Amino acid sequence: MWEYSEKVKDYFFNPKNSGVLEDADGVGDVGAISCGDALRLMIKVEPVSQVITEAKFQTFGCGSAIASSSALTELIIGKTIEQAMQISNQDIADFLGGLPPEKMHCSVMGYEALQAAVANYRGEEWVDDHEEGALICKCFGVDEGMIERTIRANTLTAVEEITNFTKAGGSCATCAEGIEAVLERVNAEMVEEGILSAHEAFVPGAVPVLAKPKKVVVKAPESKAPLTTLQKIRLIEETIEEIRPSLQRDGGDCELIDVEGNRVIVKLTGACVGCHLSGATIEGVQARLVEAVGVPLLVIPAAPVH
Amino acid sequence: MANDPVYLDNNATTRCDPRVVEAMMPYFSEQFGNASSMHAFGSEVGGALAKARKQLQDLLGAEFDHEIVYTSGGTEADNMAILSALETQKGRDEVITSAVEHPAVLSLVAHLEKTGQAKVHIIPVDAKGRLDMEAYRKALGPRTAIVSIMWANNETGTIFPVAKLAEMAHEAGALFHTDAVQAVGKIPMNLKSTEIDMLSLSGHKLHGPKGVGALYVRKGVRLRPLVRGGHQERGRRAGTENAPGIIGLGRAAQLAGEYMAEEQTRVAALRDRLEEGLLGAISHSFATGDVENRLPNTANVAFEYIEGEAILLLMNREGIAASSGSACTSGSLEPSHVLRAMNVPYTAAHGAIRFSFSRENTQADVDRVLEVMPQIIARLRDMSPFWREREKEGAFNPTYA
Repeated sequence: MWEYSEKVKDYFFNPKNSGVLEDADGVGDVGAISCGDALRLMIKVEPVSQVITEAKFQTFGCGSAIASSSALTELIIGKTIEQAMQISNQDIADFLGGLPPEKMHCSVMGYEALQAAVANYRGEEWVDDHEEGALICKCFGVDEGMIERTIRANTLTAVEEITNFTKAGGSCATCAEGIEAVLERVNAEMVEEGILSAHEAFVPGAVPVLAKPKKVVVKAPESKAPLTTLQKIRLIEETIEEIRPSLQRDGGDCELIDVEGNRVIVKLTGACVGCHLSGATIEGVQARLVEAVGVPLLVIPAAPVH
Repeated sequence: MANDPVYLDNNATTRCDPRVVEAMMPYFSEQFGNASSMHAFGSEVGGALAKARKQLQDLLGAEFDHEIVYTSGGTEADNMAILSALETQKGRDEVITSAVEHPAVLSLVAHLEKTGQAKVHIIPVDAKGRLDMEAYRKALGPRTAIVSIMWANNETGTIFPVAKLAEMAHEAGALFHTDAVQAVGKIPMNLKSTEIDMLSLSGHKLHGPKGVGALYVRKGVRLRPLVRGGHQERGRRAGTENAPGIIGLGRAAQLAGEYMAEEQTRVAALRDRLEEGLLGAISHSFATGDVENRLPNTANVAFEYIEGEAILLLMNREGIAASSGSACTSGSLEPSHVLRAMNVPYTAAHGAIRFSFSRENTQADVDRVLEVMPQIIARLRDMSPFWREREKEGAFNPTYA
């Protein structure tokens, strides 16, 4: 199941402005073939002020397509055509509290429907120049079309270059195989077209040239005056505050009880109590504190009170 | 008032039967021994594994219990069968499969083709999902190492004539493997009376635990292990036996045998009543697949002009679980390759919903679905531009990206 925000669910279950607008001044029909979705946007425009007074939609599509369509109508009603044209697909996604990366194209469809409806209102024909393909990098929402355009525009021949230009593969890197496949295909096509020489093209399976490890420059430690007790306790306090959210995510928590010399007494609460990993948690807290404060410290859990 | 949840997604996975869990429980912390060990801790587990193997053998109608090789599930069994055949069938490097297989087979053979390890023939199906027998006959030849064709399709329930397909494969000197993950436990089988060489199954599709499955390998068929290491499974699948899983699968197989008649009668009647009720109440809908020849538990109904994920979200709000062939419900955004292979029209394939029953479903489940589905479909159709314009040819013709 997709992780939809509450707002996406609300706009799907209770869509606003769904239906047909009789005598619309502009109609935009668009579709996203990758998902099979289609959207008709209908707008009414006040001719003097150019304000969009009414907007309605009809959508054939999934939950986020319907929510994106409805969000679009809410965003444009009351705006002038010029203002509405400033709306990006990201604005639609943001309005909905975000969309899963695979579903970002639903917001793109909304954006395109608006372009098409305005063109129709102005008596122009809207030509779609947006290509898309299979989603390759889920971390950054980069699809095949974007990778291909970037390869061609910048004559890229290495996976790392694609990561540098598009971010694709820059996080979990599990899509490396997918990126290689696109690079191999596009480079081969470029060689065919005579815009890339064969010896420069990406060859799959070639031993990758590993980046040389960066030389570590060892800096002499800055000489600092030793911390006062108060400064030390403040630092410990601040560092524990930084750690707490990650413990809270797992249902636990950590509280500073006291500091005696190099002994830091903390209390683990919530899910940390009785957790077989609490020993590791204490060690983790200790490592963070030692790093932050810069002096050896011993973290001791306070005896749990039941 | 809250309605009880209705689970009609049993082709995705089934509830592990409490009697299966009960059978497994002692093998976690009481009978924890390694079956390979010399001491009493191990030998007691060994006895339980032998019993479980026999239970599964009975469900399959296999001649010998050593024809069963336990795996981590159906996918591993599929991979083992195909990769082994390419190794043992000297001088043969072609694989034949169907266009509607599970990804466990299709993405493996695509990889083999891409990396030059095998030539692959994909046999098409007709509009009802039936295999093109003529294309199959033509694809078989002296280079065919193995045929891998599913017993029953996971999306439509359509059953392929595997016994006949196996005989044809043997005439060409090829091995025959079937992915029977959906069929085992739902339809009776008697493997010793067929020429099927290998068969994959999965525990969690028949009210057993997840993470365990098996490959049936007919006696005399040469097998190359996929996972090498220790001597377990007579050296055919290394790694310490998943004792609780195997024992759970054995109990699940025994129960499936006991409920087999009920599956063919009561469960099939529930499915039929739901399908007839839906088609009667909702216009522009039809059943996909070969309805005369399919699993007793599966109905795949296409609702035209609307999209599956939206249907599932509204059903989920009513506490009803099913699944869809829609592009939008899969992580890959690919529409169902099964419905595409059957040439189901685009606006119908997206609105196809699979209802898959099990012995745990009741008449009340069917009543509940029949009560809410017409409104759900009407509501989404009201929002769909294709629905309103369906009478006017080409009236809604969007610009596609």
